[in-house]
Amino acid sequence: MVRERRASQGVRRTREFEAFMAGAAGRLLHTATLLTAEPRDANPRARRLLTLALAHTYASWDRLHGEDPYDSARRELAARFQHAAWHRYGSFGRQRPSPDNVLARLRPQERLVLVLRLYEGVAEEQAAALLGLPTERVRAICARAMATLLHPPRGPAPTRVEVAPS
Amino acid sequence: MNLPEREAAVRRMLEQVPQPPVPSDLYGEVVRRGGRMQRRRTVARRLLWLALFIAAVAFVVWATTARPWVEPPSETTPPLTGW
Repeated sequence: MVRERRASQGVRRTREFEAFMAGAAGRLLHTATLLTAEPRDANPRARRLLTLALAHTYASWDRLHGEDPYDSARRELAARFQHAAWHRYGSFGRQRPSPDNVLARLRPQERLVLVLRLYEGVAEEQAAALLGLPTERVRAICARAMATLLHPPRGPAPTRVEVAPS
Repeated sequence: MNLPEREAAVRRMLEQVPQPPVPSDLYGEVVRRGGRMQRRRTVARRLLWLALFIAAVAFVVWATTARPWVEPPSETTPPLTGW
């Protein structure tokens, strides 16, 4: 009896989660790829982040109690990215800017705030609560990131060695 | 440019980045990892309840044998002499 009920609950959960993923995975993967500033076709870090965040959402599916699973997955994604950026600052925090991705010019925290605020449309107060920062700080980081994106620094142009066709 | 215009410009910039293709094995991998996570949590929760139950039983057994609420017999009775 209990086992039957649990089995039917598992089936229902699988169906619900499949529907949720069909709708949300594309956008969340885009968000993750914007966060990691990886190219579109080679985004192993974004995929890993998304897989772990969605796995967490799947594991706590029965305890969401009416909360939007998309919010839960996005929160988990942001938390994991923040955690990774904090612990591995040296390795990818000062990533060499790749010329084909505009977001690579920003620091991880700036990308996180910018993507949450402008791409995901999270309100300033909610983003601040999500990241554990004061609201003014979130506003300042977002303004700085926007300034960097809209007015790129006029440094020396990236020198690319062109091989002349012989 | 004022703030809403700047925000709109950056938003357009973010939307213009082409969407990455969703890998086909993503769903299987998520369900595999998520299921494992959930099973581990279930096991941990059961172990905690079991530990709590054992502790409760042990306390009841100890309490009924030791009866700590009974006043212990006095050990300083004056010697009964002179009658």
